[in-house]
Amino acid sequence: MLPLAPAVVLLAIFLLGPVIWSFYGSFTDAALTGSSAQDPQWVGLDNYLTLFKDPVFPLSLWLTFVFVVASAIVGQNFLGLGIALLINRASKVVSAVVGTAVVAAWVLPEIVAAFVAYAYFSEDGTLNQVLAAAGMTGPNWLYSFPMLSIILANAWRGTAFSMMVYRAALNDVPVEVTEAAMIDGADGIKRLTWITIPMIKNSIATNLMLITLQTLSVFTLIWVMTAGGPGNESTTLPIMAFQEAFKFGDIGYGTAIATVMLLIGAAFSLVYIRALRPEKV
Amino acid sequence: MTVSTLASSVASPRKATAAILANTVLIVIALCFLLPLAWLVLASLDVKATYQTQIPEQLSLANFAAVFNPELTFLPLWNSLLLSGGAAVVTVLASVLAAYPLSRYTMRFNKPFMYGVLFGTCLPITAIMVPVYSLFVRLNLLDSIPATIFFMAATSLPMAIWMTKNFMDSVPVSLEEAAWVDGASAMNALRRIVVPLMRPGLSVVFIFVFIQAWGNFFVPFVLLLSPSKQPAAVSIYSFFGQYGAIAYGQLAAFSVLYSVPVILLYVLVSRGMGGSFTMSGAIKG
Repeated sequence: MLPLAPAVVLLAIFLLGPVIWSFYGSFTDAALTGSSAQDPQWVGLDNYLTLFKDPVFPLSLWLTFVFVVASAIVGQNFLGLGIALLINRASKVVSAVVGTAVVAAWVLPEIVAAFVAYAYFSEDGTLNQVLAAAGMTGPNWLYSFPMLSIILANAWRGTAFSMMVYRAALNDVPVEVTEAAMIDGADGIKRLTWITIPMIKNSIATNLMLITLQTLSVFTLIWVMTAGGPGNESTTLPIMAFQEAFKFGDIGYGTAIATVMLLIGAAFSLVYIRALRPEKV
Repeated sequence: MTVSTLASSVASPRKATAAILANTVLIVIALCFLLPLAWLVLASLDVKATYQTQIPEQLSLANFAAVFNPELTFLPLWNSLLLSGGAAVVTVLASVLAAYPLSRYTMRFNKPFMYGVLFGTCLPITAIMVPVYSLFVRLNLLDSIPATIFFMAATSLPMAIWMTKNFMDSVPVSLEEAAWVDGASAMNALRRIVVPLMRPGLSVVFIFVFIQAWGNFFVPFVLLLSPSKQPAAVSIYSFFGQYGAIAYGQLAAFSVLYSVPVILLYVLVSRGMGGSFTMSGAIKG
């Protein structure tokens, strides 16, 4: 019983604490500076009422949704699965090179990855150099297509995770099963949809949920690449919460946005834990 | 044996085309993933670097020399080491202690506790730095390195407990039972028998937490205010704001210096653990 104490204390103060504080703070007018910073007043549902009237909020929710679906569920997930499937058919050298290349983007500290992505998509960056070599003039990606840029950048950075999950899962699919199907005349696509995918469906569920939650909390990449701009064109929820709190000094309002994010995250985790119901707890 | 020879001999022409196709697609993917990184490496060696990827007219280490001083590189890297090392030590200690009763005794609250931990793993805590900031203001913990270490440790603790418990479950109980018979206390058995046996697993947890903390930007960016306490992730960002628009080469050199430690650690772990190290304890559980 006693050995649990350090973990429980840490979790209570620094994990449960902020969660409870998030709910509490969202009902106050706490500010970054001034009198409301020293002595925040209880304002009830004011922050939430402002939030639901704020035209940036639905936009931000939508952008967060688009960001998660496009970069994680479509980008990272399918690319990761595709690479994991192809890598077993490729030569040793090629699979080692691809594995390293994909993982490299993922191991880098997030701020470095963000700089690299910024340089890549900037007006005189590498992407436009490649396009110029092909005889095309690329736009200023970060300004004209901010969402596309951050979606591609996040897919680039995060695919490694899905790839590793799926490589581990595919290694556990017994060869005999697919071979038996092959003897019975099932072609590649049939084997994939009727045997391989159903056999790794737990890994798929786990992976989808983890990358969804990871992508939901992406801040640094977007902050460095576009800072939510131009205007609010790439302001996802973490960016919006940060800007309201630290740029406009309204901590209470930023906390209300954070609370909404927590609730979304909690809802996803509950669905995930219920669906998966890990037996070995 | 007959099955596989039959399959390969019948399908071999098609298999060969499939292999060529797979190789080609993968090479294209690898190039797409490496292309953005080429800029980082080339710019760090180029005194006249811009955002363009270009072969330097003259390879030079001048960018590295320019950032190689206490104020710009050594102090931030030391702070990074302090934060990530501290967070990793605290996390591993707390999760070993917590995992022991969870793994060895059947208690009524084991299941709810582990579900709670799993739930904590999922919460987007790093996305809610605003309430964390105001909580730190209230507790007078802002700009404190120890408090930041404890916060980072707490956020990685759910995942670490989960991994550590899975590693510990695979250490046979029989060895400890022998120690108990010989009169060792539970804590002694943990320290002298279980921990040494699960050293590889614990080093995975340690390095996992370390890499995450080393790369973390948002947490120290919000919680640490004095430049003298900020880790490399944050100092690199202020550098980018101040000189980045002029000194691309130095920015790249600084980024390389900052990235090398975690890349080395990753290589170390993946060599030792056969690839997908983060999955071994976390996902398959």
